[in-house]
Amino acid sequence: MKYADEFRDPKAARAVLERIAAVTDEIGATAENPVRIMEVCGGHTHAIFRYGLDKLTPAGLDFIHGPGCPVCVLPMARVDECVELAERPEVIFTTFGDAMRVPGSRKSLLQAKADGADIRMVYSPLDALEIARRNPAREVVFFGLGFETTTPSTALSIKAAAAEGLGNFTVFCNHITVPPPIKVLLDDPYMRLDGFVGPGHVSMVIGIHPYDFIADDYGKPIVVAGFEPLDLLQSVLMVLEQIRDGRAEVENQYARVVPEHGNPVSIAAIAEVYEPRPSFEWRGLGEIDASGLRIRAEYAAYDAEAKFGVGYGAESRNVPEPEGCACGAVMTGRIKPVACPQFGRGCTPEMPLGALMVSSEGACAAYYQYGGARAVDVVD
Amino acid sequence: MCLGIPGQIVAITDSARMMAMAEVSGVRREVNVACIAQGPAEGLLGKWALIHVGFAMALIDEEEAAKTLEALRGLGEAQEALEAMAAGDAALEGQR
Repeated sequence: MKYADEFRDPKAARAVLERIAAVTDEIGATAENPVRIMEVCGGHTHAIFRYGLDKLTPAGLDFIHGPGCPVCVLPMARVDECVELAERPEVIFTTFGDAMRVPGSRKSLLQAKADGADIRMVYSPLDALEIARRNPAREVVFFGLGFETTTPSTALSIKAAAAEGLGNFTVFCNHITVPPPIKVLLDDPYMRLDGFVGPGHVSMVIGIHPYDFIADDYGKPIVVAGFEPLDLLQSVLMVLEQIRDGRAEVENQYARVVPEHGNPVSIAAIAEVYEPRPSFEWRGLGEIDASGLRIRAEYAAYDAEAKFGVGYGAESRNVPEPEGCACGAVMTGRIKPVACPQFGRGCTPEMPLGALMVSSEGACAAYYQYGGARAVDVVD
Repeated sequence: MCLGIPGQIVAITDSARMMAMAEVSGVRREVNVACIAQGPAEGLLGKWALIHVGFAMALIDEEEAAKTLEALRGLGEAQEALEAMAAGDAALEGQR
């Protein structure tokens, strides 16, 4: 248990790890027939590998890595559209840095920038607003990317632009929501999931009740978790205890940050500016009903799709995955990253082929960075 | 981009627009506080908040702020957020 020494409170970590081992035993889970818990959030995937939680927990417990990394589920067609927007001479294209290296079918945003497109990495959509104020002769497009955690920031930025009548600011909205893909995975006859660890910062915005269907309709436990390693371990223990006791509930391990009903200002801003699209494409998961958001007609002046005629508003387009890339199968938990033929060969964090290798929150990048001897053994 | 970073509200810069100055790990950055304000923004002075992409999203106490910052440092996310803030500042000046 050498990794446990890295915990802020190693004694508390050891105590929780011992209870996890005991409850896994009580459930009767073994390496051959493990209990399968999905951590939905890419931030949790990263933490699991960083702290070696998969090695510290018993063999009868299997972590299945979920679709909660917005960069990783972004289809290539969306990246292509970003590049097209960015290459327009009047456009200053602004984006979170995370999206820069995601491969498109022609090029990534990073390559487009090297080729001369005016692409600027920003920390916040507030930076994009300020760039629009300072460059009235240019069109400033912000790439709205992310789950419910980042959606309020673009909704409030659009409202701010509307309030001050900023005519050269638009958002290219590709926001997505966490609950619909969970439902798709639960409906998948090839998936066997016994419980979930939910993303804490998503529930900070939407509360815990959007997950009620997981417990009520599918009879599976979910525990909304914080991001410290000890939070994660405690949440895993809470899921295991529910399974052992035959309970299926939505529990909140991260109540110090997550209010039961979320953040009312954020929820109101999202509802005012956005509406669900009939369906939206996810990399590896395909089209999912009501899983993406679009800008409401009232705010069309701030919608890059409407202004430039791109994206879901204009046409549907499908770009096939690169040859040999198994991101889809990894994304749905069918295979582990090391089972992808390209892992560590044609696809590395330096030269990513698939999106899961791009972000530090992607399962493949986490395996590559922290998998150590085990991952390399499998590759070789 | 998904994980927030703790910051302390040290000044109100534009109370009508709900903008405040936050100090994040020694770096000052203007943030929007609409999601955490209960009444006038001035009431937030000295408070700690989790800040996501320039928006304060949840009030936390000082101990939680310290614990969260330590966890983010462990994941390399704290440095990433500070670098993103610097990149955002550079983008304003037109530096690409």
